[in-house]
Amino acid sequence: MASGSINWFKYSAPSNFYVLAGRIVPWAAVLAVVLGVIGLYLSFFVAPTDFRQGEGYRIMFIHVPAAWMSMFIYVVMACWAAVGLVMNTRVSFMMVTALAPTGAMFTFIALWTGALWGKPMWGAWWVWDARLTSELILLFLYIGFMALQSSISDSRRADRAGALLVLVGVVNIPIIYYSVKWWNTLHQGASISLDAAPTMAAIMLWTLIVMTLACWAYTIAVAYARARCIVLERERNTTWVKELVGDQKHG
Amino acid sequence: MFTAFQCIIRRDLLLALRRRSDIFTTLFFFIIVVSLFPLGIGPDADTLRLIAPGIMWVAALLASMLALERLFANDYADGSLEQMMLTPQPLFLLVLGKVVAHWLVTGLPLVLIAPLLGVQYDLSVEGVEILLITLLLGTPVLSLIGAIGAALTLGVRGGGVLVSLLVLPLYIPVLIFGAGAVEASVSGLGAEGHIYLLAAIFVMALCFAPLAAAAALRLSME
Repeated sequence: MASGSINWFKYSAPSNFYVLAGRIVPWAAVLAVVLGVIGLYLSFFVAPTDFRQGEGYRIMFIHVPAAWMSMFIYVVMACWAAVGLVMNTRVSFMMVTALAPTGAMFTFIALWTGALWGKPMWGAWWVWDARLTSELILLFLYIGFMALQSSISDSRRADRAGALLVLVGVVNIPIIYYSVKWWNTLHQGASISLDAAPTMAAIMLWTLIVMTLACWAYTIAVAYARARCIVLERERNTTWVKELVGDQKHG
Repeated sequence: MFTAFQCIIRRDLLLALRRRSDIFTTLFFFIIVVSLFPLGIGPDADTLRLIAPGIMWVAALLASMLALERLFANDYADGSLEQMMLTPQPLFLLVLGKVVAHWLVTGLPLVLIAPLLGVQYDLSVEGVEILLITLLLGTPVLSLIGAIGAALTLGVRGGGVLVSLLVLPLYIPVLIFGAGAVEASVSGLGAEGHIYLLAAIFVMALCFAPLAAAAALRLSME
């Protein structure tokens, strides 16, 4: 570590991580609420009615961020899993475990709102399109990960087995992303791309960005809060946890 | 190194031959599942021809998954797996040997019986050929990916159901391209694209799955 830069390895110790996460959680929670309120206001009252899809398109403002988050969280989990396996840091595995339920929730929301959106637009709750199917597979992967972790009682083995499974499953993410190009079916192509001008109105795009940031902040808050619980549970036999719990009992 | 590889294959094949019922259970499971569908759907030849590739592939998926538990479980139970891991040979090679033997015992019979079942479903000769090629490319992938799941769930309670939960989602690309190839050739579109993608998946699984399975085995044996 060069002098002057932050020593990140400091936070790989569960006791330091616990304090850091405790500082991040309230900020992220407040940010999530504020951005969520702004985003919902924009999406219901400011964004104009779509000339083809009418009011129904507004479900996009939760559907698209949820779909993005569902995939992104899996990639983040894979990164933490890789860090954990390479650096042998316990906190990384705890982050993988903490992120999984949130990822599964966003996947479910994306599928659910997609069904609600699909009924008026396509006339069907569900179509066997590539993107829908791969989102469903992603949900299976999340569930498989959680099932594997909960069925192994030794936490060290559970962590590592889960991390390995996540790394194997991350192969699925590019398939989701490129499936639109590969199969080219009913689902509309991506409207936002980095190299071309977006085909939607600027205010819609901004609403989408605000909602996505709200989902990010929510994910950070929830994942760190959950990770704090996992730290306490796993480290319950250490002195610092006993002191912490003791302080709260007496104080 | 390759002597060890050959030894593992020979040993596992010998063990399988001594207990032939294992081979036949998987094979007959496959045949029975495939034969059940016409009973449920009806004997209309046009419908059957349409759904044949999908049913063959789903049945192959389920059959190969059923056999997964035996891949490492017996060796784990009698301690020989531990001894194998203590040898100086690279573990991924031993895993690959076990997977090859496992495929020869459970995968190859399915491939060989598939044309007969294809005739039952009134598939054209060309369709049967493509089915044979895709199964030949695809069933090794099932064994390879399945090895990761089998290694991860070794000695875990409820392992059998868990393996299906872990492994079936990862099988889906193989299913899509395998059944897609037969469908494409039957409808006259040409199956080459699907077959090439399947071959690509096979090569990728061959390179990486033994490594992942070896890592998973190390975790399970700690």
